Amino acid sequence: MRRKPFPWHIVVFLAPAVLIYTLFMIYPMLASLKFSLYQTLDDGRQVFVGLGNYIKLLTDPNWKEPFWNAFWNNVVFFIIHMSLQNPIGLFLAVLLASNIRGAWIYRTIIFTPTILSVVLIGFAWKLILSPTWGIWFPLLDRLGLGDNEVAIALLGNESSALITLSLISVWQNIGIPMMLFLAALIRIPNELIEAAQVDGANSWRIFWRIQFPLIIPTVGIVAILTFIGNFNAFDLIYATQGALAGPNFSTDIMGTFFFRTFFGFQLRPGDPNMGATVAGMMLLIILTGVLIYLYGWQRRMEEVQF
Amino acid sequence: MSKRFTTVLAMAALLAATFLGGAFAKQQVIIESWRTDDLKLWKDVIIPAFNKHYPDIEVIFSPTAPAEYNAVLDSKLQAGTAGDLITCRPFGKSLELYNKGHLAPLNDLPGMEHFSEFAKAAWTTDDGSVTYCVPMASVIHGFLYNKDLFDKYGYEPPKTWEEFMDLLAKMKKDAPALAPLVMGTKDQWEAATMGWHNIAPNYYGGEAGRKAFLAGKEGFHTDGFLQGFEALAQWAPYLPRGYKAVSYSDAQQLFTQGRGFIYPAGSWDIGVFHQMNPKLNMGAFKAPPPAGATKSYISDHPDIALGLNPASKNQEAAKKFLEWLTTEEFADLYGNALPGFFPLHDYNITIKDPVANEFLSWRQTSEGTFRMTYYKLSDQKPDAETDLWTASVNILNGNQTPEEAAKWIECRLSSWYQPHKHFYEELNCNK
Repeated sequence: MRRKPFPWHIVVFLAPAVLIYTLFMIYPMLASLKFSLYQTLDDGRQVFVGLGNYIKLLTDPNWKEPFWNAFWNNVVFFIIHMSLQNPIGLFLAVLLASNIRGAWIYRTIIFTPTILSVVLIGFAWKLILSPTWGIWFPLLDRLGLGDNEVAIALLGNESSALITLSLISVWQNIGIPMMLFLAALIRIPNELIEAAQVDGANSWRIFWRIQFPLIIPTVGIVAILTFIGNFNAFDLIYATQGALAGPNFSTDIMGTFFFRTFFGFQLRPGDPNMGATVAGMMLLIILTGVLIYLYGWQRRMEEVQF
Repeated sequence: MSKRFTTVLAMAALLAATFLGGAFAKQQVIIESWRTDDLKLWKDVIIPAFNKHYPDIEVIFSPTAPAEYNAVLDSKLQAGTAGDLITCRPFGKSLELYNKGHLAPLNDLPGMEHFSEFAKAAWTTDDGSVTYCVPMASVIHGFLYNKDLFDKYGYEPPKTWEEFMDLLAKMKKDAPALAPLVMGTKDQWEAATMGWHNIAPNYYGGEAGRKAFLAGKEGFHTDGFLQGFEALAQWAPYLPRGYKAVSYSDAQQLFTQGRGFIYPAGSWDIGVFHQMNPKLNMGAFKAPPPAGATKSYISDHPDIALGLNPASKNQEAAKKFLEWLTTEEFADLYGNALPGFFPLHDYNITIKDPVANEFLSWRQTSEGTFRMTYYKLSDQKPDAETDLWTASVNILNGNQTPEEAAKWIECRLSSWYQPHKHFYEELNCNK
């Protein structure tokens, strides 16, 4: 019997992706992790400090407080996305999948903010909500809220800034879950839905009994994408509130905290080693989330499907 | 055939000319800066004036947005791609660059004798031995006011803090649609820079107070420093509607459009305001001292200087430019082209802009001091300057009382600043 020849073609086809991924993703990630285990002295020498930087980040009050503040703000940011962006995205997808007239127009309009630059989005919303220019003010006056301290400075109050920014982000990114859900919904064979209709099921029942169970894998994917995206988020906060993530760090999330630590701010010099440490914690948080997804959800999904 | 040959030949000649031309090209000097606002001025006025003397040196002014400047510069310096000349921030940041070998010592540069010790202080090592940047200008804090609106309502610029507060109250009653004091807290730095740094020296007593603070005799929670926070807190009712979300550029627009009376300013705003609204009729008054004070103090802050990147390949040309910066011609040009940036040279130059001149005249009647958090107090994390932004904003936004904010910032500072260690115990900071 002849042995099968070694499948060289597989190696050839995998090589570009493996090379590029290693060079631009895996190597920098490992280098950054290594960097977080060192401390730079004033004369530029690097000394190995083991987990010292991580211990400092989690125990020193000057590091611990901003870190946990950023973490919990990020959790709020994520919860708002999960509880608004994804359900509304799903709702819109169901509407669009139900052959309403002009579906492609709605699809395009709802998806447009997603492809716009975040800087543009941030700037546009800053203008809309600006107390000097914004169309927000006349609107408030109509509603009789012109004297409400919080409403007239949505981005300036500690109580409202993070929620406002989360909602802007939801508005911008809602196109992505919508498209993913829509793609999944379209894949559902029409016979199933028609059969249900013949059996007298209403839309509500069809959704919960047929459509939703069949798109559950997509729900998981959207959730994990939202999670990764949210804990890596940086740009919207930076574009609207600046690197200090004001007021009083109430909109500081992991990304902005990392930026300030790594690059420094105004008079404060950057600390690349501590920055790498914060990045290491971000990796750990995201990794934890992804592992929970893979083992807790994906595996169960496979058991259901096969 | 022959036609094609000629074309090829011509192209080859052109190509060769380009390369040869490149080899013999002018020497190039690139300037790193955060003054994006001044790009046009450098291109149209300053560089042409320099080229009259040195036509062979091509100077390129390449600014980065102010907020990103430090970070961008750091990474460029580390990668070895930074320009030949580096615009120096005052105090700690530049000292750090010098210590890391990113700024060359300039003690021997011809022309340095035209700067006083005070002028050079912000860019000299602590022991006074090495100066590493050529001082360009300082900025002065004060208040700009809309003269037309003042005339309309018959107001006079206030002389004391009490008059100032009365005036603000009157404005609020007379013209509810206009903002008495145009400043927002969204971008945070204005509250500290145009607020605290502007008015507090009158309470803590300028340089003497600053030195007592450095030595650990005073803290943010004692005497004049606390009074500075208390004075700032009195501004809150007079800021524009929705001030918590009003950014720096929003405030500039509000004031230049005549939608407010008084603008807590840095002198650098003068030039910007002339551009934004050439018809705006502005006046200025200095930070009003409390009634009965015998002396008044202003914030006269060395802000901008230019240093040499030791890694530059065009050291000679770059030094020529630095030398030119020390001349009277440059001082005159800079001071008048950028009203509000006051050259630090010892020449007797005339500033033509009346508003800028008003600012400059306070040097005669008041004692100058620089922003106290810039020297030493911001060398380590948590740095006093950024904390001062947070504290000032919290006070104006009503999130903290002046006492709470003062205690908070003092605790943060005394956690690492040795001369203040005793305050850490006294204030029970670890609780």
